[in-house]
Amino acid sequence: MRGPIRLGALYRALLRISLLDQIQYRVSGAIWMIGAILEPLVFLVVWGTVAENQGGSVAGYEAGDFAAYYISMLVVNHLTFSWIMHTFQYRVQYGDLAYELLRPVHPIHNDVCANLAYKTIMLVILVPAVALLVIGFDPRFHWVAWSLATFLPALALAFATRFLIEWSLALASFWTTRILALNQLYFMFLMFLSGRIAPMDVFPGWLQSLAMALPFYWIIAFPVDLLLGRAAPAEAVRGLMVLSVWALVAALLLRMVWARASRRFTAVGA
Amino acid sequence: MSDPAIRVRGLAKTYQVPVRGAGLREALRSLVRRETRPVEAVRSIDFDVAPGEVVGFLGPNGAGKTTSLKMLSGLLHPSGGEARVLGYEPFRRDNDFLRRITLVMGQRNQLVWDIPVIDSFDRNRAIYELPAERYRRALDELTELLELGDLLPKPVRNLSLGERMKCEVAVSLLHAPDVLFLDEPTIGLDVTMQRRIREFLREHNRRTGASILLTSHYMADIEALCPRVVVIHHGRILFDGPRADLVARFSTDKTLIVDVADPEADLSAYGTLVAKDGGRSTLRVAKQDTPEVTSRILADQSVLDLTVEDPSIEDVIDRVFQDAAAPEASPSESSG
Repeated sequence: MRGPIRLGALYRALLRISLLDQIQYRVSGAIWMIGAILEPLVFLVVWGTVAENQGGSVAGYEAGDFAAYYISMLVVNHLTFSWIMHTFQYRVQYGDLAYELLRPVHPIHNDVCANLAYKTIMLVILVPAVALLVIGFDPRFHWVAWSLATFLPALALAFATRFLIEWSLALASFWTTRILALNQLYFMFLMFLSGRIAPMDVFPGWLQSLAMALPFYWIIAFPVDLLLGRAAPAEAVRGLMVLSVWALVAALLLRMVWARASRRFTAVGA
Repeated sequence: MSDPAIRVRGLAKTYQVPVRGAGLREALRSLVRRETRPVEAVRSIDFDVAPGEVVGFLGPNGAGKTTSLKMLSGLLHPSGGEARVLGYEPFRRDNDFLRRITLVMGQRNQLVWDIPVIDSFDRNRAIYELPAERYRRALDELTELLELGDLLPKPVRNLSLGERMKCEVAVSLLHAPDVLFLDEPTIGLDVTMQRRIREFLREHNRRTGASILLTSHYMADIEALCPRVVVIHHGRILFDGPRADLVARFSTDKTLIVDVADPEADLSAYGTLVAKDGGRSTLRVAKQDTPEVTSRILADQSVLDLTVEDPSIEDVIDRVFQDAAAPEASPSESSG
């Protein structure tokens, strides 16, 4: 087990290198970021229009509520997303992973740092984008102090859970070189059940139950609800507990799949 | 006597390779029943490498060299036998083991492509937890030996292949590994750069006493660096011993280069005429006949100069592989 001081030193160095690396990719990173901004923007416009056409609201959300929801969704999604499922197979196929396996640190540490570096650099785009959306769409935030206080720990847990789940799923690359179908399936679930298409309140009860039985709601929509002050104190505490359990499950899943995947890698080679 | 740095006993690796016949019917059948065929990449090999020893691992493409290196560095799990490197079982990839070895693959890249070389070095400093003083010393030494000074601030993508390879070697050695696995470290490099890398490796071995197991298709690498060679073919070891013995054991011929006064003289009666350029003839003669043939040429011709040479190691290796391949092409094999 690495001591926290040693791990801290490692993360400082890896973060520095990752920041330098991500700066080199700033243009393509910015284009990805614009795509990430457009997605909630489209939903915001669509649902805002629907609300106005339906007499002012849908499932209790008025146009200003939808604006606040999707602006929060943009922030939470940016801070919790990872691209690992899109790129991992190439690391296996082209042998980059071989070098990573020969280093005395787990490859996930470098991935975490690369992810955090990208998010940090892209704040340069995210912050003005959020400011423009606030000015342009007149969102109605109902900030509640205690709810905001729980947002940061929920966000950290959501990031950890989402990262660990997606890292575990990316390991399917060890068994097949065609994981695009699996990725597509996962992203379909994520899109529907994490509240990215619409707030959970808009969905029928059974779909809400399904979303809450799986990790999808908790890793994106739950922190959004906390940011908007839409969860009661008991729900917030329960949500944090559920997220903690999911984070633990995801960590155990990763540990188990990684052990099998690296055994498979060393059996097959690359 | 000290323990060997690398100890290999009965080491074997068999891959299960998917096989499928051509056509739609076979494609559909493979959906139901996936068939595989075992391919024995390495078949029970044994050898030791002593601390500080430099050993050349030779063999044609597909002989099992890279598979062996991957097993010894911990990237592949052996199917059979045992390997110990510095006392560790490589496939467990113990962090303490990984800190003491390195693997350089000539056709792969571990430097970060878009940032200056020095930053990739710094990443390895953090990963291997090198104290500042030790890192500085290693960096200075590698910079001096490989002449990296001008390259360190450049992004990797702007380096030539040779420059990149020097940096790849350097970054792999920052943590001062005790065992170096080098898989074709000079592949694709021009002659000057090959020599530079070779000289560096020899000097590094002299200074640090690290053991080196090296594969290369360039015999010049082997001749410059490896007093001992292990020859592997079809996953089996054909030869393990001093490089000089390889030539003695497998070369059945000698090369005679004869300069005579008469440019029209035909010396083909003395042996196999390999080349002729004016009065200079190059002959291949059976080793045991060399003294007698030499005497006859000196007696019969007006000889200006005569030299007797062993064949190049390249020719010898080529012959070893051809001899080893011959039984594989036997009628029973080809008809089966």
